[in-house]
Amino acid sequence: MAETFPIRVAGLNHFFGTGEARKQALFDLNLDIKRGSLTVLMGPSGSGKTTVLTLMGCLREVNEGSVRLLGQELNAASEAQMVSLRSRLGFIFQAHNLHESLTAVQNVLMGLQVHGAADPAKQRAAANHILDLVGLSDRRDYLPGNLSGGQKQRVAVARALVSNPDIVFADEPTAALDKESGHTIVAMLKTLGQVRQTTTVMVTHDNRILEMADRIITLEDGRVVADSQKAAHGPRPSP
Amino acid sequence: MSRLLTYLFGRLPIGWLQLSHNKARLIAAVSGVAFANLLVFMQLGIMGALNGSTIAPYAMLNTDIIISSQEGNTLTDSGEIARARMFQALGVPGVADATPLYIGNLPFTLADGSSVSLLSFGFDVAKPGFTSPEIAKSLGELAIENTVLLDRDTRGMPASVIEALDTGGRYPFEANGNTLVAIETMNVGGGFLADGMLVMSDQTFLRSFPARTSGAPDQILLHVDDGVSVETVVDRLRAALPTESVKIQGTDASAQADLDFMSSERPTGIIFGFGVFMGILVGLVIVYQVLSTDVADHLSEYATFKAMGYGQPFFLGIVFEEAIVLAIFGFLPGLVVSIGLYAGLNAVTGLPVAMNASRAILVFLGTLAACTLSGAIATRRLAAADPADLF
Repeated sequence: MAETFPIRVAGLNHFFGTGEARKQALFDLNLDIKRGSLTVLMGPSGSGKTTVLTLMGCLREVNEGSVRLLGQELNAASEAQMVSLRSRLGFIFQAHNLHESLTAVQNVLMGLQVHGAADPAKQRAAANHILDLVGLSDRRDYLPGNLSGGQKQRVAVARALVSNPDIVFADEPTAALDKESGHTIVAMLKTLGQVRQTTTVMVTHDNRILEMADRIITLEDGRVVADSQKAAHGPRPSP
Repeated sequence: MSRLLTYLFGRLPIGWLQLSHNKARLIAAVSGVAFANLLVFMQLGIMGALNGSTIAPYAMLNTDIIISSQEGNTLTDSGEIARARMFQALGVPGVADATPLYIGNLPFTLADGSSVSLLSFGFDVAKPGFTSPEIAKSLGELAIENTVLLDRDTRGMPASVIEALDTGGRYPFEANGNTLVAIETMNVGGGFLADGMLVMSDQTFLRSFPARTSGAPDQILLHVDDGVSVETVVDRLRAALPTESVKIQGTDASAQADLDFMSSERPTGIIFGFGVFMGILVGLVIVYQVLSTDVADHLSEYATFKAMGYGQPFFLGIVFEEAIVLAIFGFLPGLVVSIGLYAGLNAVTGLPVAMNASRAILVFLGTLAACTLSGAIATRRLAAADPADLF
């Protein structure tokens, strides 16, 4: 049975550096992220929001405290466990990081092939379908070098979503997009939450999309200073 | 190509797509590998010619055991040995027959005034059983004073001479103050040892080399009795003869010892061996440079794949895929150009340089191994692809 809270953070402290250079970046964070919700992390530069995102996304080892992701404790998890968990996640980066030698559809296919061999025709159909959804059906066979910044970002979004991930982590996904495209992408993530119960955690400074968020968590100096959520998504979880 | 590789790998051929995306880099990399292959092929070709030349005279012999002086280095670079050792050997159980072999370099001036050296072999014409069938059939004619068989590949020898001999003609010539008459040709190939070869009777040999005596041949050839092993007789001979002054070896062992001497003790063997090593090193460096640059250029993409859940085997697969593509694409032009250069070298120098399947396969496997090794070293850079740095 799917967890109500696919992300549970308790007593999380995080440090960078060692010895005298050791600096604490996060202080006693406690967060439960509800399944199917769209959560926005906000805060000034250096507030720790990206650190939180990388810890939740199995991209960094947990120093102290607990992060449970999809029921798996990440503190002291092995590299193999982290890699395995990451294949159930979707990542959207501010820099699209598309592979320059792969076409749009091939980049999207990479999001599917991580799960192993499958029917190539079905995989290609799925990749084409998601490219249609992000409005790039006529750019499937284009290399990234021949796409605009916004189109590249939409390919990156398609790559992150094509495998129906349980959780999507996004870092400024709309930064390179115009208002309409940005709205379309966030609306798609919102719809995924409602239809597939995909959980999205997004770092953004884009005030245009805050209205679509179910929950907005504001960090400053490694601490949560504000945490607001829409009532429609039920009571606020206990810290 | 992409579809074929996708079918073979069951995934997108990232390595191939990455390499083929940057055509200029691909061409440079393939050219580098081809050049390294060319270097290795040329060194191996010349080394093969050296080895072929070294053991070519063995093809003229039909012998089980060879007794030679400890001072000698190879069959043709030998010291003299007392013929009395032959009679001692004949007294050893298992030795059926024996014959002396005389070897010397005969200087000869061609019609155009250039000097060549003819490696001359003097056989006892009464014992054709110690020579190859090709020579044995003509050995009786060599009983006639001053007649010789001439190597048809002798450098500088006019084609008209060989044609005349092929059609039953004679070719008289003067060498070392003695008039010799070539009555037929044979096919041995001089290569590095000499410009050509002559086969003659021991009597003609001794007339051509006045300083030599019949009591001191260069080699003693032995046949063993039927049913007796060569090794057994070699052991008996070593017990009976003074091994501090004579070497006693089976024919195959003698040929191998000659090869070992030429490859490890002669400067030419060492130089060409070093050339092969340099070729491999050049290939390793080129492929490493290409692959490590490629990995460095795609670190953010690799980090993205890591974030998506791809494990280390996937990345190793990409790098090794690139290494194998470079090995195959670099080998083929290297092979083709080498075959052409072999033909050119053979035409210009007369050296027995030729491509053979075993060498081509050996170099291909070596190229694969070297590219894979380079790839393995280049994968260390993958550790720098940290997905946490993407945010």
